[in-house]
Amino acid sequence: MSDVFLLDGEQVPFTVGQTVMAAARAAGRYIPHLCWHPEFQPHGSCRLCTVKADGHFAAACTLAARPGMTVDNRTAELDDQRRTLLQMLFVEGNHFCPSCEKSGACKLQATAYELKMMTPHFDHFFPDRAVDASHPDLLLDFNRCILCELCVRASRDADGKNVFAITGRGIKSHLIVNSPSGRLADTAMSLADRAASVCPVGVILAKGRGFVIPIGERRYDRQQIGAAEEQ
Amino acid sequence: MQAQSASQQAEIVANILQRQRRDPARLVQVLREIDEVLGELTPEVLAMVGEQLKRPFAEVAGVAGFYHFLELEQRARYRIFWSDNIIEQMQGSTELREEMCRLLWIEPGRASEDGLVKVGLTSCIGMGDQGPALLVNGRTVTRMTRARVAAMVELIRGGALVGNWPEEWFAVADNIRRRDILLGRSYKAGAAIAAALARGPAAMLGEIQSARLRGRGGAGFSTAQKWQACRDAPGDVRYVVCNADEGEPGTFKDRVLLSAYADLVFEGMCIAGLCIGARQGLLYLRGEYRYLLEALEANLARRRAAGLLGRDILGAAGYDFDIEIHLGAGAYVCGEESALLESLAGKRGVPRNRPPFPVTHGYLDCPTAVNNAETLAAACLIAENGGVCYAAIGTEMSTGSKLLSVSGDCARPGIYEYPFGVTVAQVLADAGANDTQAVQVSGPSGVCVAPEEFGRRLAFEDLPSAGAFMVFGASRDMFEVARNFAHFFAHESCGFCTPCRVGTALVKNLMDKINAGHGSPADINELFKLQRLMESTAHCGLGHSACNPVADTLKKFRPAYQRRLHSTEFEPAFDLDYALSQARQMTGRDDAGAHLANES
Amino acid sequence: MKPKIATTSLAGCFGCHMSLLDIDLRLLELLQRVEFDRSPINDIKTVGPCAIGLIEGGVCNAENVEVLREFRRHCKIIVAFGACAVNGGLPAQRNHLDLRDILEEVYQTSPGLAPGCSIPNDPELPLPLNKVHPIHEIVRVDYFLPGCPPSAEAIWKFLNDLIIGRTPVLGHGLLRYD
Ligand SMILES: Cc1cc2nc3c(=O)[nH]c(=O)nc-3n(C[C@H](O)[C@H](O)[C@H](O)COP(=O)(O)O)c2cc1C
Ligand code: SF4
Ligand code: SF4
Ligand code: SF4
Repeated sequence: MSDVFLLDGEQVPFTVGQTVMAAARAAGRYIPHLCWHPEFQPHGSCRLCTVKADGHFAAACTLAARPGMTVDNRTAELDDQRRTLLQMLFVEGNHFCPSCEKSGACKLQATAYELKMMTPHFDHFFPDRAVDASHPDLLLDFNRCILCELCVRASRDADGKNVFAITGRGIKSHLIVNSPSGRLADTAMSLADRAASVCPVGVILAKGRGFVIPIGERRYDRQQIGAAEEQ
Repeated sequence: MQAQSASQQAEIVANILQRQRRDPARLVQVLREIDEVLGELTPEVLAMVGEQLKRPFAEVAGVAGFYHFLELEQRARYRIFWSDNIIEQMQGSTELREEMCRLLWIEPGRASEDGLVKVGLTSCIGMGDQGPALLVNGRTVTRMTRARVAAMVELIRGGALVGNWPEEWFAVADNIRRRDILLGRSYKAGAAIAAALARGPAAMLGEIQSARLRGRGGAGFSTAQKWQACRDAPGDVRYVVCNADEGEPGTFKDRVLLSAYADLVFEGMCIAGLCIGARQGLLYLRGEYRYLLEALEANLARRRAAGLLGRDILGAAGYDFDIEIHLGAGAYVCGEESALLESLAGKRGVPRNRPPFPVTHGYLDCPTAVNNAETLAAACLIAENGGVCYAAIGTEMSTGSKLLSVSGDCARPGIYEYPFGVTVAQVLADAGANDTQAVQVSGPSGVCVAPEEFGRRLAFEDLPSAGAFMVFGASRDMFEVARNFAHFFAHESCGFCTPCRVGTALVKNLMDKINAGHGSPADINELFKLQRLMESTAHCGLGHSACNPVADTLKKFRPAYQRRLHSTEFEPAFDLDYALSQARQMTGRDDAGAHLANES
Repeated sequence: MKPKIATTSLAGCFGCHMSLLDIDLRLLELLQRVEFDRSPINDIKTVGPCAIGLIEGGVCNAENVEVLREFRRHCKIIVAFGACAVNGGLPAQRNHLDLRDILEEVYQTSPGLAPGCSIPNDPELPLPLNKVHPIHEIVRVDYFLPGCPPSAEAIWKFLNDLIIGRTPVLGHGLLRYD
């Protein structure tokens, strides 16, 4: 027998040590998130999964489930906060969706649709970020990085290569690759790496196969992200 | 610090690595030392370090890029950082810094073309009682004046070694103005340890318990509870960590403890070690207090020689304890205990997810008690006099005494020790502050207190404080105070979580917008919205409290904002006419159509 | 009296306007319910008091600023119409470059220019701003209709909501950034 907690009023079973996020996912319930991925250690940085557990705000991806706890998830208050967090991510980088290969399959974009984000709202930072096209098979467009560190975790924990890391601090935090030249081509990265396909947005892209799926048939054209993840 | 050849560089790096035992956990120490000697950290040097410590290049570069004092881009023989706290601005630091740049013909924040000098800013360096202050190549200079600026510029131009600069520039006064139970007694080295030993670990912990000692780092957590949990945590190796990061602007009491009462802090660490069963202590000293390092190391050496550190302390078989000092490298967030532990392990100072807590998974994942330097010093008092005696001082909920760092508009800035429960008004009177408009208690993360609240008491149950007490006279502009703090948080956000990384930058931009006369009531609403968001969604205490000063001043000093709002309608954050400046310059036009009026 | 709608294109490509025309026969339906004020559709050049102003395109020069302000003064509701108005879109892709370098390269140093070419300085020409801005960075904006361009369906739904007096809501498939 496993214990249960209440997510927006409905019972969700969990096993001891499981996080609210993992249990919700196992039960087919969607808690918006960007930096969480079932294959990797929770990170807790995007804060989109902030829920209210027994009246206290907490990130669902790092919060251990407790029997009988009451978790608010898709309330107007929490979704408002999530929308603001998304707006922050949009203005922090350069997201020009019409020219992005990830459009239609991008988690940032899809989550913004789910939360009905009509505008980035804030003044844009328009940062000056580079594109690294040095690698024969992969392109890095840093303009779209949301610092979720999934590539960092995937390269370290799944590929054993440590190709990516974060440097800088505060708003100047940014992704770097593992070579003094700063070029992806000079790292051990390969197209077959887990890190090559883990990016939730359009930073790490395979070369030579852009825009293969027609508009209307892309992943989140077919289904809104909440519905897509609720299964 | 002359340009080195590649082989010389390699040799220097190799020597430093050798001295740091090639310990990957000492990466921050390695980088800091290399930077101090070479004056820069190039990709080649970082690669060398990574290779030798068996850590990926990207990780090493990621760590180096986190700390403000590690220089990755522009090398300069003289690196000057002016302390940028509001208190120093009130003392005229901005004008002095501009004067320095003018005399040196350089732009602020950028190294001169010849690589001679760079003049930048840094967060409060803990010298508010004797500012304006700055760091030059890591050394603290206090009491800057126009004359000192001029003389310093001459020395820099002449290439004089910083070590040969006038000794009095580097003098740091303790400025102890009021002593109570902690600072008022005379101590004999070893006495507190002997007293603790005589009681034995369990009884000593019991005394801490009956003293009801609470942490002085800000949160006021029960020290006995922390030590007990650490003592009970499974594991063979335990650590005591002394938090001397003291990054909260306006706080400088740990500086004085470490310069005048270092024995108390070290003995407090030994006592903690005895209570929890640790054999190793680590003192995390903020990089800004680099100037204290030699004296502290010498003190440790003396204590070892006297049998007060090392094996079988005071002859007690099996009571082994030693202390190592780690230096920070310019990161306020590293005062947060879990970020501090990351930094101690040679990583980026990003706060961890909790649980697990440091008492079970601390330094290198071993049970660790992290305590503020003042908390540890207080433990000595309890060891010698017992907990009951200690608990008789202060208030019911806040026992003992508290060190306050008083700075700003008052006649006698410095350190004041009071029993807990003293009123704000009392402190102001003792410090010679007249016509006070506001007091920022416990730094930017704390509370801004207005005159009608000066009867409130400094105690955990009323006005908790980590020690800062910044006084603002009637002529000060409280908006400027809040704007300075907004810049501080934007500079110090670690960047890990979205709300704080982007939110602190947005708040800073909004405050600058209002300051530039482009603000409207809509911007004030934005500030409140960001405050609510950051308070509820940020990952650590820095983000939770980053909007406190703005929210506090908006509540208590709203006219200071309102008189800057030039419009009730939304306005752009920038000057539209200025936005045509580049095109005007390139076309040479200056006709009416080449200008835009700001509306409203 | 029928509510008036004005539309304009600032730093945009008229794609959003083309998409508006894509509502096809429903345009006639729309015309029964609203009257068009200034718009490229009817070539009226000045804007009067309106209920709704649709702004396509971001703000890249002095003229854009003037027109946008003109619209803000006259329209009760301003809508950022399409990606460029919402976030700067394609024109804002120049924002990581220095305007001086751009002007120099376009008019003086790029190959193929006639000898003696210089940066035009005719007072008739609007001067470009240092950066391109989404319209909400210049004036208060009431509603946003993203999409590059927004689809005819999205426009139809959005305008219907607005005209009826309902907060526009775009469901799955209608809310798009590309
Ligand atoms: C952003 C931030 C900065 C902090 N800085 C310091 C500091 O400089 N010194 C300190 O002792 N505690 C600081 N703290 C509190 C520590 O996390 C921790 O609570 C304290 O060191 C515990 O010691 P204590 O129980 O003796 O107070 C900080 C906390 C946060 C969130
Ligand atoms: S990464 Fe996603 S949100 Fe960003 S431009 Fe690409 S599709 Fe748009
Ligand atoms: S590149 Fe992608 S996976 Fe890596 S941190 Fe950036 S957004 Fe995340
Ligand atoms: S709140 Fe700020 S300092 Fe704390 S983890 Fe988040 S970004 Fe870092």
